[in-house]
Amino acid sequence: MSELDTIGFGLILIAAAVGGAAILTWFERRLLGVWQDRYGPNRLGPFGALQVMADMIKLLTKHDWVPPFADRAVFVFAPTAIVVAMLLGFAVVPFGPELYILDLNIGLLFFLGMTSLAVYSVLLAGLASNNKYALLGGLRSAAQMVSYEVFMGLSLMGVVMLTGSFSLRAIVEAQRDLWYCIPQFLGLFTFLIAGIAESHRLPFDLPEAEHELTAGFHTEYGGMKFAMFMLGEYLGLLLISCMITTLFFGGWLGPWLPPIVWFSIKVFALICFFILLRAAIPRPRYDQLMALGWKVMLPLTLLNLLLTGVIALLLEGA
Amino acid sequence: MLKSLTSQLRTIWTILQHSFTKAETVQYPEQMPYLAPRYRGRIVLTNDPDGQERCVACNLCAVACPVDCIALQQGVKEDGRWYPEFFRINFSRCIMCGMCEEACPTNAIQLTPDFEMCEYDRSNMVYEKEHLQIAGTGKYHDYNFYRVSGLAIAGKDKGQAQHEAPPIDVKSLLP
Ligand code: SF4
Ligand code: SF4
Repeated sequence: MSELDTIGFGLILIAAAVGGAAILTWFERRLLGVWQDRYGPNRLGPFGALQVMADMIKLLTKHDWVPPFADRAVFVFAPTAIVVAMLLGFAVVPFGPELYILDLNIGLLFFLGMTSLAVYSVLLAGLASNNKYALLGGLRSAAQMVSYEVFMGLSLMGVVMLTGSFSLRAIVEAQRDLWYCIPQFLGLFTFLIAGIAESHRLPFDLPEAEHELTAGFHTEYGGMKFAMFMLGEYLGLLLISCMITTLFFGGWLGPWLPPIVWFSIKVFALICFFILLRAAIPRPRYDQLMALGWKVMLPLTLLNLLLTGVIALLLEGA
Repeated sequence: MLKSLTSQLRTIWTILQHSFTKAETVQYPEQMPYLAPRYRGRIVLTNDPDGQERCVACNLCAVACPVDCIALQQGVKEDGRWYPEFFRINFSRCIMCGMCEEACPTNAIQLTPDFEMCEYDRSNMVYEKEHLQIAGTGKYHDYNFYRVSGLAIAGKDKGQAQHEAPPIDVKSLLP
């Protein structure tokens, strides 16, 4: 793609991602409704889809307030960080053989780096709010981070080992014969859990935990700043689904349909699965999450790494 | 560990099956829920079968009300009947408990199955007697307090009420 095309595609991508995240807020509520035997927002527009607009107008017209006791600069910066980091993460996702912004040879590392940066947003919001609930949320987010970041990176190393590259395009191309969800099912399982934790979605929304911490790290936030956090969360959900599609479900690969359609179908299915998890699974205590991370997930990923290495070596020898 | 994992997977499966169950929601304004006749909603003041005001302004309802939202003033008509000069219920405080209905000796005050009384202005929630009084008898069609009570009013003297013997001049019983 030429420079101009890339810029144009980038703008379209940002619009699509932000718009998609906005639609997701409504879609998730409808889908949760289906699974909880109720309707969800169904009044405004066809199937209630205009609810998104109503929410947006409401959030835009809310008083944009910074509490006097908060650390002003950091307080304002925090919600931006999560959105920017998540949007940057989209840069390396290959949506089709020619549909991508960047084909870094360390694309995977770039993605891991960007999602990890997003955690700062939560931490800083918790700190800057100067509120006990927000601080508790921030603390939990830190505890959560040290437990999943380790195995998140490691769980993907099996994929890298099989492909021999960090480039996401190369990873997709390497799945022409067999999607990695089969040889790397342990990796998929652990990355799925890490991904939910990364995007702070239920059941791992410990930093937010509205039943215990009012709203956790964004207790003090309102109006558009709150909307930015929500946007960040849904962008995270989209990004993680895109990544799982790319890494384990063969990205754009698939017969008959054009690549971008295949990609969208897979991402959509994964999003539905994430919402199902939200509807079904209760939130663990944070020590339980840490125990799960260190005592189960980390050994599992290491085992996966070991086995993948052995098999890869044997195949090479054969 | 494995046990908890299977339990989680089973939960997910159960929830997934709910894709095919019908929603429980009652779509309220289009689809009215059934309200039993004894549902406790908006309060009315009723008339007796003869079309006269039932309330005798005894204040028992105001005393019984746990949130003190009833206010009234007693007056006496020329025919001897008692009646409330004003009768005011502040519905922004009323909790629809029905205590007033229980307390009322004349069945005047009654709760109805109507709950749609939203107002934009809080002061509109204060209902005066003319808003409360209805023309009918409400839930009790035959009861008329003055026909069973001993109070003398115009057209009904002492001893003329139902199940009431004429008054006895105790002095005439002296030996
Ligand atoms: S229903 Fe209860 S709260 Fe309402 S006026 Fe009667 S006694 Fe008072
Ligand atoms: S409504 Fe009933 S209880 Fe209340 S003052 Fe009238 S007669 Fe008495």
